[in-house]
This record gives sequence, C-alpha cells and structure tokens, in this order.
Amino acid sequence: MVEIPSGSAGAIPSAEVEDVELYHPKSWWTKYVFSQDAKIIAVQYSVTAISIGLVALVLSWLMRLQLAFPGYFAFIDADHYYQFITMHGMIMVIYLLTALFLGGFGNYLIPLMVGARDMVFPYANMLSYWIYLLAVLILAAGFFAPGGPTGAGWTLYPPQAVLSGTPGGKDWGILLMLTSLIVFIIGFTMGGLNYVVTVLQGRARGMTLMRMPLTVWGIFTATVMALLAFPALFVACVMMLFDRLLGTSFFMPAIVEMGEQLQHGGGSPILFQHLFWFFGHPEVYIVALPAFGIVSDLISTHARKNIFGYRMMVWAIVIIGALSFIVWAHHMYVSGMNPAFGFFFATTTLIIAIPTAIKVYNWVLTLWRGDIHLTLPMLFALAFIVTFVNGGLTGLFLGNVVVDVPLSDTMFVVAHFHMVMGVAPILVIFGAIYHWYPKVTGRMLNETLGQIHFWTTFLGTYAIFFPMHYLGLLGVPRRYFEMGETAFVPPSAHTLNIFITVMALIVGAAQMVFLFNLVWSLFRGREAGGNPWRATTLEWQTPQTPPAHGNWGKELPVVYRWAYDYSVPGAAEDFIPQTVPASGGVTREVPA
Amino acid sequence: MNVTLIFLAVIGAIIVWWLSGQRLTSKPWLETGSVQLPDHHGADRQQPPVPAVKIGLFVFLGVVGALFSLAVSAYFMRMASADWWATPVPRLLWVNTAALALSSVALQWAKREAEHGRMESLRPVLSAAFALAVFFLVGQVQAWRELTAAGYVLADNPANSFFYMLTGLHGLHILGGLAVLAHTTVRAFASDVQPDRLRLSIDLSAIYSHFMLAVWLLLFSLFAGWANDFVDLCRTLLT
Repeated sequence: MVEIPSGSAGAIPSAEVEDVELYHPKSWWTKYVFSQDAKIIAVQYSVTAISIGLVALVLSWLMRLQLAFPGYFAFIDADHYYQFITMHGMIMVIYLLTALFLGGFGNYLIPLMVGARDMVFPYANMLSYWIYLLAVLILAAGFFAPGGPTGAGWTLYPPQAVLSGTPGGKDWGILLMLTSLIVFIIGFTMGGLNYVVTVLQGRARGMTLMRMPLTVWGIFTATVMALLAFPALFVACVMMLFDRLLGTSFFMPAIVEMGEQLQHGGGSPILFQHLFWFFGHPEVYIVALPAFGIVSDLISTHARKNIFGYRMMVWAIVIIGALSFIVWAHHMYVSGMNPAFGFFFATTTLIIAIPTAIKVYNWVLTLWRGDIHLTLPMLFALAFIVTFVNGGLTGLFLGNVVVDVPLSDTMFVVAHFHMVMGVAPILVIFGAIYHWYPKVTGRMLNETLGQIHFWTTFLGTYAIFFPMHYLGLLGVPRRYFEMGETAFVPPSAHTLNIFITVMALIVGAAQMVFLFNLVWSLFRGREAGGNPWRATTLEWQTPQTPPAHGNWGKELPVVYRWAYDYSVPGAAEDFIPQTVPASGGVTREVPA
Repeated sequence: MNVTLIFLAVIGAIIVWWLSGQRLTSKPWLETGSVQLPDHHGADRQQPPVPAVKIGLFVFLGVVGALFSLAVSAYFMRMASADWWATPVPRLLWVNTAALALSSVALQWAKREAEHGRMESLRPVLSAAFALAVFFLVGQVQAWRELTAAGYVLADNPANSFFYMLTGLHGLHILGGLAVLAHTTVRAFASDVQPDRLRLSIDLSAIYSHFMLAVWLLLFSLFAGWANDFVDLCRTLLT
C-alpha cells in the first residue's frame, strides 16, 4: 500500500482556462445546417461519410457478383469493373474511414473529452465540413460524367491513369477524382488545425496530456500525421492534373498511345509512386490510430478495469505515428527500385510490429481478470482485436521482400489489407457508435438488432476475407476482371469465389439492419440517461444529455484524475469520474 | 525524398522537444487530485498564454512546409533525368525578391509600432507592406510573361513546368496571406480599432510573411541553381 496524500504535488492550477466566446446561432439554419457547433458538425460528417460509404458497399457487391458469376451480369463489363474497384477503394479509405474517424468522432469527442466548450476555430470547422461535402459531391459526379468515373485503381498510377485505355483517363473521370481529392485535402486541413489546436489549447484545468483518454491521443496523433501526409497527395494530384491538362511531363514518360506518339517525355512514374505512398502508408495509421485509441477506451470501460500500461499505450501511439513515415516504399517492392531500399524498408516495416504488438498485449492484459460485460461495444472491440491480429500477422509476411514479390499481385494482399485496415477499423466504428450513440441522441440502440448486426458482420467478414488468403496462395490474381483459362487455378477456387460473394451479400444486408436500428432507436430506443455505461471520461459527465450548446453549462469541468479509475479498491462504486476530487488522503494498492 | 525526410526530422525534433516538457513519464494512476504542470507552463503563467490562433498558425506553417518540401523533393528527383535543362532566371526575380523582403521588413516594423501603440505611424507602414506584397505578385506574373515570350513555355521542359508550378503554388499562398493582410490593413484605418486584436493580427501576418519569404528564398536558390551545387557537394560527401 502506498499512501498518496492529495495536494502533495501541488494543487490544481488556479489560473482559469480562458472561457471561449461561443457563437450563438440565431436561426434554424445556423443551428442545424450551417452550424458552428462541433457536435452538429460531427453528425453531419458522419451521415455524409456513411452515405457515400453505402455507395462503396454496393460497388463491392457488384465486383463480387462479377467475380463469382463472370459473364452472367451483362451490365458489368471490364471498364465498369475497374471503375467499381477504384471508387470502392477511394471512397472507403478516404471519404469514409478518414472522414468518419477524424471529422466524425474527432469533432464529437475531442471537445467533450478534453473538457472544452467547442473547437477553438468553430467557423473554420464549419467550412471544413462544407468543403468535405463538396469533395464528396465532385467525387460522386464522376458516376454521371461522360465516360464515367476513373478506373485507374485507387492508387491512380500514371501513366495509365491519364491514358485512353483506362476508363475516365481521357474523359472527366480522372479530372473529377483529382479535383475531389484536392478539395478534400483543403477541407481536411481546416478541420485538422482545429483538432490539433483544441487538444493543445482547449483542455480543461487539470487535464494534462497524460490524463487524456487514449481516444483523444489516437485522434490527435492521427491528425498530426494526416496534416503532414496529405500534402504529398496534394502535390501528386496537382502535378498529375498538370500532366493531364497542360501537357507537362512530371510523371509521363515518352509513350505511344493508339499508335500515336504523345508529346510527353522523360517523366517518372516512380516519382508519383513515392509521393503517393508517402501519403498512402501514413494513411493506414491515420485510420488505425483512432481505432486503437477508441478500442482501448471501450475495453477498459466494459471490462471495468483500468487500461493496462497506459504510458506504454501513449508511447506506442506516438512511436507508431513516427515510424509510419519511413516505411512507405514497402508498397513499391515490385516497382523495380534499388534492392538496398527494399532491405531498409522491410526492416522499418517489421520494427513497427513491436509497438503494435505491445498495444495488442496491453488490450489482452486489460481483459485479463476484468469484469467483462459482453455489451455490444465490447463484442465489437473483441472482434477488432481478433481481426486486427490476423491482418497484422499477414502484414509481417508481406513486409518481407522475398515473400511480397510473388504474393504482391494476388488476392492475398486484398485479404491482408481488408482485414487490417478495412474490417478492423470498421468494427471499431460500429463499437464506437453503439458506445456513444446514447450520448449523441439520449437513447440506447436496440440490443437484439445489434446482436444480429454484430454476429453477421463479424463472422461474415471472416468468411469473406479468411478464404481469400487461400485464393491468394493458390495464385489467384487480384485486379482481374475475369480469370479465363488459367491452368494453375483449380476449379475449387471458383466455388470458393461463389461462397465469398454470397457472404458479401449477406454482410452487406446486415448493415441495413444497423441503419434501421440507428433510425428506429432515435425515436423508440430506451432512454439512456447521462452515463449508461458508468464511464469515467468527461463526455459522460455533461449536465445535459445530449450535451447542450457549449457542453458544460456555467462552469467548465475540473479534472482531478486520469481517465481509467475503474474498480478502484475501497471506492464506493466501480468507477470514479475524472471530475471527482480526491477525498483527503487516498490509499491505493500499488504493486511494490 | 531527402528534402522531405530532413523536413520531417525537423518537425519530429520540435515534437519531441515539446513532448519532453509534457511529463510523458509520469504515472497518472498515482496522481489523484493533484498535478504539477510542466515547467515551461509554470513560467507561462506569469505572461498571458499564447493565443490559440498563433498556435494554429504555426501548425498551418508546418503543413505548408510539408507541401513545399515535398514539391522540392519531387523537383530534385525529376532533375536527375536526362531531359532536364535549367530555366534561365529572369532579372525581374531579383526585384521581386527585394520587394517581398521589404514587405516582410515593413511588417516587422508595423509589429513594433503596434506594440508601442503608435497608430499614426502604423498605418502607412502597414499599407506599404501590403503594396510591396502586391508588387511581388504582379512582378511574378510579369516574370511568367517574359519567360513565355522568350519561348520557355510550361510543357516544354520539366524545369519550366516546375518553375511555373512552384511559383504558382507560392503565389497562391502569398495571395491567401494578402487577403488576411488586406483585412487587417482596413481594420487599422477604422475609427473603432481594438488595439489588442490588431496587434495580434499584425503579429500573425508578420510571422506568415517571414515564413513565405524564407520559402521563396529557398525556391529562388533552387531556380538559380545554387542549391544544385550544394546538393552535388552533399552527394560527393556521402559517396
């Protein structure tokens, strides 16, 4: 036992945090549409992201239908198939996952969790959403443009992306895609500045960095990374627009198209790959780090136990963020670059496994002997760990040059990245929605519908992506519209493809249950009260639920403890909110 | 990508320096009810805290820095190919550089005037800073026209393409800064001026202007070819 008298290390700083002047909406329009309240903006971001995500879901159905029943659906030809692939990938990675984690959860949770009234620049925050919406509309316009959206693959590699052989290459498709990305990055920068500066400057009294919930740490670090990585995509998009529209040769080598020598010459497609993946690899962690943070909070809350190794978790987040900037070329092992680079990048890639593994162990050790409540958020968090470990381990395979080269163009890679950065973060998003929906709306989501949604999604996505590894090992190529006569692929692979497609249709349908639940519970859900999960973090301590404009009523909260005081020995309840002061000398069991 | 990596190393060093003052080794689970603020925070308590806008500006400059360091990385990588020949630097660029530098100096001067509350001398200085920055932009467009007239068009050669793209990107950033500066200048002439907010605006404009000047000097040295000698030197040292 160690006695820690309160006030021994100096009291809570007496200096008042500057209370911000809030913008008070004057009409319905400025309250609900052109709102500067981060909570409304968060809902706007989330609804937009989920809506465009549904389009991407339907596109994945269409792709799967073609792969399982080639030639059966006359309206899916090769061009359409490539357009579906491209739009599915781009929407899911950027317009759904990035926007939902940072724009949606970031906006909702950062001010509430650090004890601020709102973001520090509410006006820029509002602009950020409307610019994001514009980017989504430009992207979606591709479906209606002459020639359709671009079919260049989500990596948009030149020179094929801007040539006539690729759908949308000489039409509107690629132009709309590049413009949309540029607009998205401008909008994101406005939001990102908000998230970073709010964490730096908007924290309540007593909320030191090491008292912040890991959710905020994850979103904060991911935002810093995104602010540094997105400029690479920005530069690449601008240069490719120049190549396509103004005839420059940044990326375009001398090339003959349809028997005609183009005026381009000397450009370097590899240069594009470097720029793209300098953005592209941090992007994986921009999606993963918020998921890591959120899942830590879900596990701790629903296992009624403090997070194991909080300090190590924070360090791991920061180290992963830093390392992810020096691994980008592991996406380019087959680009013909210097083999010595391959060795360097394989090493850095494998080093990332260390902090990541620390996080996984800490989640498991948090569960160990915890009072585990198998609530929906907990189920999704557990499913995340299983899925993430699976996808992470195949990442170790692919991080090695000699293993990657033969597997690079097969379904194995598709299975890997869907497991690790598709399904795993999406499971966290679902868990987070089930967890925070009561705070956003004041009502609980329906448990039965949630159980149906969880089990179908979790088992279904496993049924989709686990066999895909096997297809990859057989040598089934990715990106192919149809396989045709291929001697080395056994007929059983085809049966497996049909199975995967059926599962994909079922999992997609299960998401409709989830959407129905979101709408139904808004009106019919059980009243949640202020703190249904009996959680410690600040967002559950607001005077109103849903939190009112300005979040905290008259007085800003004061933080007296870290975010994970669950099951404290000797305490009356199994959780102590961060706003509860220490009563006299607190004794705490500390292992010697 | 070396330039980018150097830039990232600098940003990383700043982040590590900042994190090192945040007690990342503390044990929050043992510190109920009380907390010691990091030292430099304690020092800040005497002075007013740094305004959020200023922090926001520094973060934004980090983003702009990343943008230009990536573009310059691309410049060096593309330069290695055989079809590259340098674009001549128009004489006018020297005049423009002087104008931009003077604009920066004027803003610094305006900042000092604002700190001492001398509104009368502040206004002409601020206007001069604005006019000089406009002069820079007009001069840049004129330099483009001279180059095009001399036959150095955009798509002709990668060096030309980079010249137009980089000066264009830089010009757009200057234009954005000018919009803010115009707003500040107009406010300085208003009768009901709030000295505190004006001081902050001028301070921010000055920081932004110095940063864009530094970016321009780097780009200019790139176009003039001095940076190449430096890079060659580094390459020989490394190999």
